[in-house]
Amino acid sequence: MFSLDLLLDAVVIGVLLGCFYGAVSLGLSVSFGLLDVPHVAHPAFLVLASYAVYFLNENYAVDPLVAGILITPVFFLFGLATYRLYYETFEKRGSDAGVRGIAFFFGVAFIIEVLIILQFGVDQRSVTADYIGKAWRLGDIRIPYRLLVAFAIATALTVLLTLYLSRTFMGRAIRAVAQDQEALRLMGTNPVKIKQWAFGIATAVLGIAGALLIIVAPVDPTLGRAYIGRTFCVVVMAGLGSMSGTLVAAIILGVAESIVLTMFGASWAPAISFAILLGILAVRPQGLFGRRP
Amino acid sequence: MSKKVSKPRSISRRRLLATAGAALAASPLGVDLLQAQQAPIRIGMSMPQTGGLAGGGKASLLGIEIWRDDVNAKGGLLGGRKVELVVYDDKSSAAETPAIYSKLIDVDKVDLLFAPYATVPTAPIMPMVKQRGLLLIGNFSFQVNSKIGHDMWFNNAPWGPPDSWAASFLDIGQKAGGKSMALLTADQEFAQNLAKTAREVAAKRTLPIVFDQAYPPNTVEFSSIIRALKATKPDIVYVASYPPDSAGILRAVNEIGVGDSVKVFGGGMVGLQFGAVMENMGSLLNGVVNYNSWLPEKSMYFEGTKEFFDKYTKRAVEAKVDPLGYYLAPFGYASGQLIEQAIKKVGSLDQKALAKYLRENTHNTIVGAIAFSPDGERKETAVLQAQFRGVVDKNMEQFRSSGKQVILFPENLKSGELVAPFEAARK
Repeated sequence: MFSLDLLLDAVVIGVLLGCFYGAVSLGLSVSFGLLDVPHVAHPAFLVLASYAVYFLNENYAVDPLVAGILITPVFFLFGLATYRLYYETFEKRGSDAGVRGIAFFFGVAFIIEVLIILQFGVDQRSVTADYIGKAWRLGDIRIPYRLLVAFAIATALTVLLTLYLSRTFMGRAIRAVAQDQEALRLMGTNPVKIKQWAFGIATAVLGIAGALLIIVAPVDPTLGRAYIGRTFCVVVMAGLGSMSGTLVAAIILGVAESIVLTMFGASWAPAISFAILLGILAVRPQGLFGRRP
Repeated sequence: MSKKVSKPRSISRRRLLATAGAALAASPLGVDLLQAQQAPIRIGMSMPQTGGLAGGGKASLLGIEIWRDDVNAKGGLLGGRKVELVVYDDKSSAAETPAIYSKLIDVDKVDLLFAPYATVPTAPIMPMVKQRGLLLIGNFSFQVNSKIGHDMWFNNAPWGPPDSWAASFLDIGQKAGGKSMALLTADQEFAQNLAKTAREVAAKRTLPIVFDQAYPPNTVEFSSIIRALKATKPDIVYVASYPPDSAGILRAVNEIGVGDSVKVFGGGMVGLQFGAVMENMGSLLNGVVNYNSWLPEKSMYFEGTKEFFDKYTKRAVEAKVDPLGYYLAPFGYASGQLIEQAIKKVGSLDQKALAKYLRENTHNTIVGAIAFSPDGERKETAVLQAQFRGVVDKNMEQFRSSGKQVILFPENLKSGELVAPFEAARK
């Protein structure tokens, strides 16, 4: 059944949902897109951040967004430590580090999952805040506030990361290390330290993204698995390393998913999203905003 | 993991001495016989204690353990033999259970078998149990015996005939004036089984289905689906969802609204039976009519029910399981009661005789009277349909009082009337 109202509603919800997907993918866009680290534990880090936010909200009544900001420095340090461990045990040792790196990060993801289960149990957890469970009326359309929060946070994060990577010395160094590590080494800079810093930034972003995850929907310890496909799809579709591209790709995915869910039947949604990815890669192998190699 | 309980049987000291003396004087065979008489009755099972089904599995096991302790405190069975449970963790996996049950039968040589909680771990052991002609007490699995046809299978779950679940919900909706139905289901076997029976029942009643969608696993946001459902203006909304989705669906319904046409909403939402999930969802639950197995309404208390929950509530804290334990724990206890009554009447552990007794009689348990049909399921459904009312946020204790989930079906257990339409009931 086609209706213009429904289509408009699907597009609006899709844009907001896409912004949410963008926010949870931005960290991966740095770690995988810029640094070439096969960070399959990214969604597990995300879920870990959600549980940290849950802990602060449940025990100290801290607003989920504030909790997300509070855990950001901790996640930055966690990112530094993780990259150092990964570098020392895998990346330093050879050219096939990519494949072995995937095994490393899968291991890390499983450990995080088990630790969460041991600490919090297998049940779903959610947070409370004034903007959860209510909607904003816009004519006939009702927009959940939690999705508006996702929209605002995703936009802010994208702008901040783009400015950081283009305007600051460290940001430009990160982009340089992504382009040519050897050139950086010849100029007397240690690329490993810059990559470690960048991985820290990528993980710090997950603090606030984790808060969004638990604001948008309840979380359980295994939820990360559901996001592996989505986040990698967004980053690859965007073109590796482009922050604004990540947001645009995520919005395309969100709108496609929302329109299919509303107009054509829910079963088709995942298939359509990945068909779009394949279509884009067939036309532009470097992704929507990636540079030609 | 195994747990052992054994105490000497309570017979008079003189008789014990006489028997022991005679046995010692007799051949080694006589000694063996005496030992066999004193040996515990061993009941073997696997139970999900880790993995996705662990929350339910642990609560169910605690129910069975409470029965074991009660029956042993009363002196055991068959003239003083204590009951011992031999339990292994099947990790919620269908791949683990065949090997565990082979070990229970051939290595541990247990006397009787209980099935693990849930359909998935139970299904693979059914052919083996049938082939070996063993009695099996089922534990909340759904339709695992429909194709196997094992005549020594008895499910403790209240399901009854497979279509009764959907039929009872549609009855409530139609009585409230519902003339069309929407079907929203998870794209997953259990939910699809429910959806199939709902479509069949609707077809028999010529009830038009105006919306029929299966959403894929890992769907994050339900706003779009709920908006599409709302646009079809259904009177009855039957939802068969899994725990992660149930919360997402109810949240979207709360934000988007589902329309004034809807008389009843719910039916087959999994997760809304567990304390932690209900506490999390809080006021989002209000108005939803959903299935359940046991609720703290007056009509649900039978002989021993209150005493059971007194014990469960204390032990659940130590065991770190569902503090309410309504959905599975009393049925675990009832499994024990079924086998206890059968052993007492038959007077032995002969599995064929026990099965015959269970099949031909009605058994009183803490979850009410249980009678089985030839397929080992309940003769009549005892699945409750209940409406959430007056639920507030973040409060587990509220669910212990009556009136928070008013039973609308079955008629003999009813504790109130439906509040409709759905939007009015949510307030």
